Order: sequence, then C-alpha cells, then structure tokens
Amino acid sequence: MNDTLNLLIGLAMGLNLLALGTSRLPVLIRAVAMQGVLLGLLPLVLEAHGLDWRLVLITLATVAGKGVLIPFMLIRAMRTANIARELEPFIGYIPSLLLGATGTIAAVALTRYLPLLPEHAGNLHVPGAMALILTGFILLIGRTKAISQVCGYLILENGIYLAGLLLISSTPILVEFGILLDVTVGIFVIGIIVDRIQRAFDSLDTRKLTALHE
Amino acid sequence: MNAYLLIIIPLIGAVLAALWPRRKSRPLFLPAVGLAHTILCFLLLAKPEAVEPAAWLAFDPLARAILPGVSLLFLVCACYTVGYLRLKEQDNRVFVPALLLVLGLLSAAHQARHLGILWIATEAVTLACVPLIHFNGTPKSFEATWKYLLVGGTGIALSLLGSICLGYASLHGGGSGDITFTALLAHGPNLSRAWVLTAWVLLLVGYGTKMGLAPMHTWKPDAYGESPGIVGALLAGGVTSVAFMALLRIKSVVDAAGEGAVASRTLLAIGLFSTLVAALFLLRTRNFKRMLAYSSIEHMGILCIATSLGGPGVWAALFHVWSNGLTKGALFLSAANLQRVADSSSIDDVRGMSKVLPRTSILFVVGMFAITACPPFGPFFSELLIIRTGLDAGQGWAIGLFLVCLLLAFFGISRIVFAVVDGRPRLKKTNPAHLKESAGLILPPLFLLAASLWLGLFTPDILKGAWSAAVLQLFPMP
Repeated sequence: MNDTLNLLIGLAMGLNLLALGTSRLPVLIRAVAMQGVLLGLLPLVLEAHGLDWRLVLITLATVAGKGVLIPFMLIRAMRTANIARELEPFIGYIPSLLLGATGTIAAVALTRYLPLLPEHAGNLHVPGAMALILTGFILLIGRTKAISQVCGYLILENGIYLAGLLLISSTPILVEFGILLDVTVGIFVIGIIVDRIQRAFDSLDTRKLTALHE
Repeated sequence: MNAYLLIIIPLIGAVLAALWPRRKSRPLFLPAVGLAHTILCFLLLAKPEAVEPAAWLAFDPLARAILPGVSLLFLVCACYTVGYLRLKEQDNRVFVPALLLVLGLLSAAHQARHLGILWIATEAVTLACVPLIHFNGTPKSFEATWKYLLVGGTGIALSLLGSICLGYASLHGGGSGDITFTALLAHGPNLSRAWVLTAWVLLLVGYGTKMGLAPMHTWKPDAYGESPGIVGALLAGGVTSVAFMALLRIKSVVDAAGEGAVASRTLLAIGLFSTLVAALFLLRTRNFKRMLAYSSIEHMGILCIATSLGGPGVWAALFHVWSNGLTKGALFLSAANLQRVADSSSIDDVRGMSKVLPRTSILFVVGMFAITACPPFGPFFSELLIIRTGLDAGQGWAIGLFLVCLLLAFFGISRIVFAVVDGRPRLKKTNPAHLKESAGLILPPLFLLAASLWLGLFTPDILKGAWSAAVLQLFPMP
C-alpha cells in the first residue's frame, strides 16, 4: 500500500514544481487538475482493505470536482479574459522553483521529528501535504494574475485535503461532501468575481486593484 | 428539532424569494422570515431545550447566549432593507435570497457542535456574503470582494487545516479522531499536546481572519467600506460573532487538553495588538465607513482580551458581543443614510450633514458616543466589566494599554463623526427626492440604539442567566 501511496503523492509533488516553474496558464491549470485527480484516487489506496460504496463515491466526487469541474471553470475564465501567460510575477520562476524545491526537501527531512502515528511516519503523506501547502502559498503570494492566484489557492486546498486524509477512517461522509461542495462552490464564486474584475478593470492583473487603502 | 427550524426556515425563505417573480415585493420576505426566526430564537432563549450531547447541531447554552442577539440584529436590518431597496433601481433577485441564506447559515454555524460542520457553515457564510459585498457593482466593490475572497479564503483554509490537526491530536492520543466538541472535551487531557498547540495556532489565525483580528484584518475596511450599510452591520454583528464563538468552543478544548495558559496568553497578545492597530488606523482614516470597520477590529480585539481572562471574562465578552453588535448596527444603518444622500463616504466630500439629515446625524453622533463606551449605553457597562475583571486577574499593564487604545479610538472616531456632521453642507449632487428621512430609514437605527441603552441600564436577567450557562458550558466547574 505504501508504494502506491508514495507514487501518487510523489507525482503530485512533482506537479508542484511544474506549477511553480511554468509561465503558461493552461499548463498551470492542467497541473492543478492532474494533482486533483492523483489525490482524489488516494482514498481507494488508503482504505484498500475495506472498499465500500461510500469510499468509491468520495473518490468519484473528488476526481470529478478537482480534476474536471474546477479546471473547466478556470479554463473558461482564462479564455474569456483572453490571457495565456503570467508575465511579471512578484517572485520569478527560478526563485519560486528553488523555494519550492527547498521547501519540499525540508518537509521530507523535518517529518522525522514530528510526533506521528507509526502508520503515517514512514511515507510521503505528511511531507507531501506540507509541500503542497507551501507551494500553494508561494503561488498565492508570488503571482499577479488572478487565475494564477486561484491555482495557488487550489494547490493549498489540495494540501489540506491530503492532510485531511489522515483522518479518513473517522471523518463522516457527510462532512467530506460538505467540504468538497464548499470548495467547489468557492472556486465557482471566485470564477464569477474574476470575470467581473476583468470587465470592470479590463485586466486580470491584481496589481491594479489598489484603489482601496488608507 | 427547533434548532433545525432556525436553519431551515431562512433557507426555505431564500428559495421562495429566489423564485418570487416581483422585484418590488421580494424584499418583504426579509422581515417576514426575520420575524419568524427572532420569535423562535427568543422562545428558545426563554425555554431552553435539553441538548443531546452527541448532536452535531443544537441550540446549546453557547448558541443561546449569542444567537438571539444576531437574530434581533438581522430582523432590524431586514426592516431597514425594505426601505433601502425601494430606493434602489437594481435587481434584488440575488441580494434578498443571499441575505436569507446568510441568516440560515449563521444559525447553523452558531449551533455547530462538530468542527467539520462548523467549518462548512462558516465557509458557506463567507461565500453567501460575496454577492452582498459587491451589490453596488462599482469597480471598487469588486476590488473589495476580491480581497475579501482571497484573504478570507486563505484564512478559512488554514482553519480547516487546524481542525484536521485537532482531529489528529485525538487520533495520536489514542482517541478515534472524532471531532465533535463533546468527544474532544471528553478526551481532554489525553489529546496530544503538540498537535493541540499546532491546531490552536492555525485555528486562531483562520477564525481570527474571519473575525478580523490584526494582522489578518486587511479585508475588513475594504469590504465594510464598499458594501451596503446593512451588509456591514450583519458582517460586524453576525459573521464575526460566529468566528468568535468558534474560537470560544476551540479554546475550551485547548483548556481541557491542559494548554489553556498558552491559549490565553496568545489571545491577550493578539487582542491587544488588534485594539492598538485599530486605534492607530482610526486616527488616520478619512472614510466614515472604513472607520466603522476599524472600530469593529477594535471591538474584536476587546473580545479576545476579555476571553483571555477566564470565566468571568468570557461572561463579559458575551455581554460585549450583544452590546457591540446592536450599537454597531445602529451606526452602520445611520452611516448608510448619510452615504446615500452624500454619495460618498469620505470626510473630504461629506460635511454639514446635520443640516441635510438632522435626525440621522443625531443618531450617528449618539451612536458614536455609545460605541466609544460612554455611559449609559451597553458597551460602557460591558467594557467596564472587562476592565474590572482584568484588574482582578492582575493584568494591570494590559488593561492600562487597553485604556490608552480606547482613548485613541475615541479621538479617531469623534474626529470623523464631527467632521461629517458639522460645518456647511457640501454635496456632490442635490437630489431632493432622496433627502426625505422616512420612518423606515430612521426607526431601525433608533431601535438598535434604544436596545443598546436598555441592555446597558437594565440587562435582563434571562440574558444574564444565558451568559452564565454558556460560561458553565465552556468552563465546567469541578
């Protein structure tokens, strides 16, 4: 079980670096979508011995939400805004890659010192979650286009979702669905606002949003 | 059962309002649903139901201590909204249902006894507020909404991470990972300390963002400044109280785990810092709606300071939730009247309002004295109680700094209020049709001010009892 788990999470961590290093928005969105699908499959791996309908349902809903629905909305927002590249990030691509890589290594190294249960200690589960959260923050802070920031937010959410899987055996299905629904609706609402900002400011550059200050 | 009704009635109201074909009569759903909600809330306040310990949602003593106040505030704002929307040409097919949705979700979040449900409801409230904040449709309002979504979304994501850490604390301590507050409290001392502290930091940052504590407050002045006044009143009096209640419930778990002292210290520090930051910005801002936002940050800081003082402090904090919510509501509604006529909320454009809107100006000035804790209004008595509790607890320095901040805030707020009210009117446009101070626009803030006065002078015994019961729920006496 640990091998498959490490493979899936390792791939998701690799996608982090792709997301940090690319300037092309379609690549970024696809990386986030792939990551969502990989992580969505995890419940099946984690609870392989007790496969039941609720697990399959969660997997299907997560993969559909994170891998299809949300990326579809983002791609559509990108097309209407008619932009394909992040041109002037606050934190450049090489520095963000270096930051992300250092953070990932640090996460793997530090996990040994965390008080974890034996079944969570020997694999990439916890370091993966930490690396995803860190990557999300780098994108949130370091990018200027609204869509890149939303992608950062999604990677952050993916990291938290991964951390939440630590509790998979005790979290009721209703709560899982509620959280997934909230995240999806949240991205939908963000998408609408992105569209309105595009219309009001004729740009998705969040550096232009500076009218409100003291 | 009744606890669920508090959630279901507004949600049904929201659906009906969304389907209602007439724009003119749609706002009437607000007072109708608000009235039903308030009546039910106060019935439950008077005759509390027995709470099943394992229930995920229940009108428990803590919900009983706060929710009726929020419900009353909503009802008054709803009555005001009817008059407000009558003067607006905009479509309200989204605005009215979103307001009702907010009421239903607020009820759910106040009654949530499961960390996951609490998170879902809080996040849903955050999202339901989005169409309310950009109702005016100006570019500035979209900028404010974007900041609200991004800062608020990140904060709420961190609180989810914190909830997971708290679950892991239970799992690591040999528990089942059940994150109902009852189970966490029962597991108390066995929770893994390291994870409890991690969870506390994340949850404090997360729910603190929603509450608007400095330094996570940056969305607040923008959102309050650009949204309609009623929305500001509900955000300041309802949504923040959800986040505060979440922190109260979480702190009781941290206390049970034996890390209460650390939690109290962090609360005191963040509370004082918020009060100080708010006071300094109050001296600088030139916009009277942003002023209300900073004042709200200040009062959230006061709630944290009070909570850090233990049982009697929490009692005072619950008192302050009521007095601050009602008073702030009056200020937001009168500020909305001023802004509508002046078409601006900057003191560079708005002057001499006492000549243009005499009644609103009186309300605004009296509201200012009330919120800056002048006797005999509610905030005076609740803040006095907090100061006394703090001195009894030996926190002399903290209380000293707190008093300095209150004084600075008073200077800041009175400076802006008198700049708006005094002088010769200088209006961008004069539109006589908008100058009428109809009863629908004056009575709601007047009622809220009267409620604040009544709360201060004759605090009803039933409320005192409800607050004591809530304190007993959080700090079970051995």
